[in-house]
Amino acid sequence: MIAELGHFALVLALACSAIGTVLPLWGAVREDRALMATARPAALAQFVLLALAFAALTAVYVQSDFSVLNVYENSHTDQPLIYRFSGVWGNHEGSILLWVLILALFGACVALFGRHMPEALRAATIAVQSSIAFAFLLFIALTSNPFLRVFPAPAEGRSLNPILQDPGLAIHPPLLYLGYVGYSIVFSFAAGALILGRIDAAWARVVRPWNLIAWTTLTAGIAMGSYWAYYELGWGGFWFWDPVENASLMPWLTGTALLHSAIVMERREALKVWTILLAVLTFSLSLLGTFLVRSGVLTSVHAFASDPARGVFILLILCLFIGGAFALFAWRGPALAGGALFSPVSREGSLVLNNLFLSAACVAVLTGTLYPLALEAVTGDKISVGPPFFNATFLPLCAPLVLAMPFGQQLAWKRGDLLPVAQRLFVAILVGAGMFVAVLAITRTSEAVAAFGLGVGMFVTVGALDDLRVRASRGAAGTWMRRFVGLPKSVHATAIAHAGVGLMTIGIAATAFHEEKIATMAPGDKAIIGGYELVFEGLRKQPGPNFASTVGRFVVSKDGVALAVLEPGKRTYVGRTMQTSETGRLTRGLGQIYLAIGDAHGASVDVRAYWKPWVLLIWLGPLAMTIAGLISLMDRRLRVAAPSRRKLPAMPEAAE
Amino acid sequence: MTRKQRRITLIASAGAILALAVALILTALKDRIVFFRSPTEVQQMAIKPGQRFRLGGLVENASVERAVGQRISFRVTDGNASITVRHVGILPDLFREGQGVVCEGVLHADGSFLADTVLAKHDENYMPREVSDALKKQGHWQGEAKPGEAGGKPK
Repeated sequence: MIAELGHFALVLALACSAIGTVLPLWGAVREDRALMATARPAALAQFVLLALAFAALTAVYVQSDFSVLNVYENSHTDQPLIYRFSGVWGNHEGSILLWVLILALFGACVALFGRHMPEALRAATIAVQSSIAFAFLLFIALTSNPFLRVFPAPAEGRSLNPILQDPGLAIHPPLLYLGYVGYSIVFSFAAGALILGRIDAAWARVVRPWNLIAWTTLTAGIAMGSYWAYYELGWGGFWFWDPVENASLMPWLTGTALLHSAIVMERREALKVWTILLAVLTFSLSLLGTFLVRSGVLTSVHAFASDPARGVFILLILCLFIGGAFALFAWRGPALAGGALFSPVSREGSLVLNNLFLSAACVAVLTGTLYPLALEAVTGDKISVGPPFFNATFLPLCAPLVLAMPFGQQLAWKRGDLLPVAQRLFVAILVGAGMFVAVLAITRTSEAVAAFGLGVGMFVTVGALDDLRVRASRGAAGTWMRRFVGLPKSVHATAIAHAGVGLMTIGIAATAFHEEKIATMAPGDKAIIGGYELVFEGLRKQPGPNFASTVGRFVVSKDGVALAVLEPGKRTYVGRTMQTSETGRLTRGLGQIYLAIGDAHGASVDVRAYWKPWVLLIWLGPLAMTIAGLISLMDRRLRVAAPSRRKLPAMPEAAE
Repeated sequence: MTRKQRRITLIASAGAILALAVALILTALKDRIVFFRSPTEVQQMAIKPGQRFRLGGLVENASVERAVGQRISFRVTDGNASITVRHVGILPDLFREGQGVVCEGVLHADGSFLADTVLAKHDENYMPREVSDALKKQGHWQGEAKPGEAGGKPK
């Protein structure tokens, strides 16, 4: 019964999305207020109905109702409750439903909190958002119904893929989707503005918070996924350049570019064409990612089982929306020319540079992701494009971008001067160069790339935070603290986010100094790694709720002092003949000792041990960026419903 | 600077960065990618020792041998030909005899394959697509692979 209610809600949502597409759009074009007013109830109804459908699917999962095919395939009565919840989106149908739910959530948020924006823009935006929901709801209804029944109902389910039974999976997909799908609303704003033909600085101001929400959650989601891969897969890697990872990285790159170009548009009314184009491209890349992951053309744990009909359907949706957006763009583009002038060396100029490098890096990732598919389709040759390719293309394109960040942060608008900026960055340059030279000297130039990365990371971190000092120390002495606190939140946010990039760079560069040791250890054996001593004490069997595990016990000590006991294990899941690794990790400062065990030979076991100095910076950096995004969202003048935008003194209006 | 000069500066820098990106990508596509080969192809193509590629197939039954120091050897077969693979390290969680595997490394002068990476499937009813295609080519494929359930790496 619950499943049928969920299915019914889904179909009603499909109808509402059709209404939400046609009526508000018609109203916006004909400037009919009554028709435009239908946008709000239509958007809210879609969200409520989809929330009901999602709740229904969750309910059948929690009840373990195996007469529903989806539950039978992805759940098991022995599965702990949290994985019965997360199992809802641990499969194709459920994750697409979550996708549309978040789509509708953004539409509903615009309807609720978008009171201060022009009525026509709001109606057109909701119309475009509803049309995306319509396409995906049709996709669900025709190819991916999560509420299908099986008869007769099986007594027991097949359980969720064990690799997905982890707390990380409970958070990672919803967070990633908030970002991934969050760009849909930015896309809808762009398409709406193109339909209405009104694109100006006010548009950029309206879109900024939405853009920030999407960027912040996407950043957090990617970092979360990376940390999950790090501790769950037992290889100690944090990024594999897997096509699916690239699918989330590409919208992040263009989304980051968009975040920066929108600033120029907001302040100076320049880069309008480019900003709109980025808004369209970012969501197009999100759609492309959805297609790559869901269609089965790629090979990955994210792919689940799928059939070709789904791939073709998503490809159609992809072509329709990207094609439609570009057609709109071609129609309205010529009217967008113009904008304020700026010198190449200026804040605007540096933001353009940022955009160029981010886009070039995105092109590199896109090529590396699609080239194997294209080559196989054309010549039949199967190739793998892995880390060597991306290290040779992506990293060289990112190096100048990261290096230029502290300069851009301090350049003046319209016309800047590099020399005084370089003088102000003196401390940062000194720290960075010092780090570079010191690491070169210690490693005897054998780790030049890592030394360069560490130097750049230090320079960026110090330079980004130093900007706050410079800004706060302008003016009378003694007012420093007050000035520091009084700086606009967006200035704080920029500094923290840029410092986050610096920290992440340091963490990634430091991977060159990771130590790895692989050994077969018998009880009582010792191993030394990174100056820490590991003593293997033996294996034991340990039952879990729906798995049996073999756990190794290791005592970690330094200079004869025992620090901790690590218990890495291997799990074999009931109902599935597959194993997963549980790593043992001990955090020391910013580094981690990382242990994974392999096959057991009697009482001894294969052990993979790592010492990873500064590894936590790889995720603390993105954490800082996430926090920065939240701080920036709290900025009064950018808040979703901020009143009287025009009266704030700190805001230089575009020179017109 | 005049408006025109500014525009030229912008276009020139965009062009320069684009050219840099294209140059990097083309160079990398030439020598930073690895091809996938089945054991039969390896024998037919006379691949030079030292050239990196990915070898895929099934782990031959009763071929896995473990020596001291995590030295492992096993044979990878596609039904027609098989090649001995040598690897030092710990095998992935899902490595098993009779199952699909993808190894990355180079050919040794004695004809065996030195793998620095061994990848296995991440689901018990899943087969790397490259492997199932290679097996189909050799006419040794009976199972029905669901199209989406293929892949090389546990991620």
